[in-house]
Amino acid sequence: MLVFTLRRLLQAIPSLIFIAIISFILLHIVPGGPAQSLLGQHSTPARIAAIDRSLGLNKPLPVQFGIWFWHLLHGNFGYSYSYSQPVMHVIMIYLPHTLEIVTVAVILAHILSVFMGTVQGYYQGRWFDHVITTLTFFLWSMPVFWLGILVVMIFSINLGWFPSGGITNPEFPGGFASYVSHATLPILVLMLSTLASWARFMRSSIMDAMVQDYVRTARSKGLSEFMVLFKHALRNSLLPIITLFGLSIPTLFGGALVVELIFNYPGIGLLTWNAAFQRDYPIILGTVMMVGVLTVAGNLLADLLYGLVDPRITYS
Amino acid sequence: MAVQPSAIIMADDTSTMPKGPSRGVRIFFRNPMAWIGLGGLLLIVAFSFLGPVFYHVNPLATNVKNLMSPPTAKHLLGTDDLGRDYLSRMMWGGQLSLIVGFSAAIASMIIGVSYGLISGLLGGWIDVLMMRAIDVLLSIPTLFLLLFLDVAFQPSPLVLVIILALTSWIGVPRLVRSEVLSIKQRDYVEASRAFGARNLHIMMKELLPNVLGTVMVATTFQIAGAILTIATLSFLGLGLPPPEPNWGTMLSNSMSYMYDNSWWLIYPPGLALLWTVLSINFVSEALRGAVDSRM
Repeated sequence: MLVFTLRRLLQAIPSLIFIAIISFILLHIVPGGPAQSLLGQHSTPARIAAIDRSLGLNKPLPVQFGIWFWHLLHGNFGYSYSYSQPVMHVIMIYLPHTLEIVTVAVILAHILSVFMGTVQGYYQGRWFDHVITTLTFFLWSMPVFWLGILVVMIFSINLGWFPSGGITNPEFPGGFASYVSHATLPILVLMLSTLASWARFMRSSIMDAMVQDYVRTARSKGLSEFMVLFKHALRNSLLPIITLFGLSIPTLFGGALVVELIFNYPGIGLLTWNAAFQRDYPIILGTVMMVGVLTVAGNLLADLLYGLVDPRITYS
Repeated sequence: MAVQPSAIIMADDTSTMPKGPSRGVRIFFRNPMAWIGLGGLLLIVAFSFLGPVFYHVNPLATNVKNLMSPPTAKHLLGTDDLGRDYLSRMMWGGQLSLIVGFSAAIASMIIGVSYGLISGLLGGWIDVLMMRAIDVLLSIPTLFLLLFLDVAFQPSPLVLVIILALTSWIGVPRLVRSEVLSIKQRDYVEASRAFGARNLHIMMKELLPNVLGTVMVATTFQIAGAILTIATLSFLGLGLPPPEPNWGTMLSNSMSYMYDNSWWLIYPPGLALLWTVLSINFVSEALRGAVDSRM
């Protein structure tokens, strides 16, 4: 297990370096380069040359990459133009908010989709299956932002149950309860948008499992259908959804970006969106890399979880 | 009378050849989902492209005396916050979504399928390297990257197609490659190779026709994805610059009027998007059923 973990950690390193290289290239293909975007309309050739010198942009590209990468290894993602602070510092203010809603949404989506998919796969072709299949098919085709608007219209404007935006109400600080009620709708939208594809996946996975030999064996041992389904079939069908989790991290953060914009929720999605309009390239690339790193870490975690769920896998 | 031996083989070959594609096509068209999907798509295409032929209202003409009007006989879907006719904006917006979506999907499929074919056919360390690259690319958050590219290049429709294609092909190669790995072991590929066929020939003549089913299913995914991505980018205020209408921008504008009960501004673009993506997903599902049953 330890050897496997170490080997997977080593495999993650090239991925991270590659993400860094792509980010570096992107930063340098911006028309006019960093100096131009830093100066905006105040740019003159002399000023650009001065900034290029002070930022070390006049050095050969490989040298620049070396310096930049060296900073990166020290957690230095560069300097934000609009916040006048280190990128890492800014990201660390916003990232926890995003992680909170994404984590809760993922956990809820997992529980619900496993339950829905499992029962559906078992009652394949019956009315329960048809209803849920139709529902997930609609959800699956639904743009996240459209879902978000509908949720705001229903739960916030018409019913008035939850606030339509922000992270807490500055006029009536309600402590934890206010925080939860502000996070409810963003979490709901994020959860619904991931639920559909996972439930669909789970359904076909359970359908495959139900015709396997070990399920027949379990049945012939006289186990109750409940045990057969939830102990034998489910456990084996969980494997793909764990991998699916690792792979869907970038999509989840993409969904979070849209959700944060709709609910004006101050996470890294909203941060990136604001940065995009201010042409604050270091921030955008910082978040791209941050999510990249989180994805690599998530995939690593998914691989390790595999072993816990599936006893057939021994990491030797 | 001497019969050419090759002629016999040829004749024999066609008579015993499994009716693969045609059977798949039959299964596809027997599925009601295929008809629902194709019908839905046809309707939205007709609405976007034929609609303006019958409904002559300029989607860009503003009218300060008639802002935010609910549907009337003159403006069938009312007007927006600048007094522009909403129905004709819906039609023109549809054209843009469909054209850019289909082009981006096809471009991304060309990249993805070639990548998968090359990787699967060549095998060995090239394959390992190419697949590792995919693993790495999969960890890059596409939407964040698109934000960056979008502000850096301020795209025209053509640039947008290129950007979308370059960022969305990554899911395709794996599907293609896994099929190529099994197909390339078959006798007819061996035979082709024995006749001295080059890799390019094998890819185009032997492999491509046999992965066509998978490719078609993946294409529908890509089209739905591209249309959603364009709408998302526009919703985020990026994508294509105004004043040309598109559904995403129309939705993000209408968000400001959610409290005014301006339902005609909020529901049509969202429903049109849902309709389009739903139709494509129906077709996709029917296609997948047909491809699966063929195997």
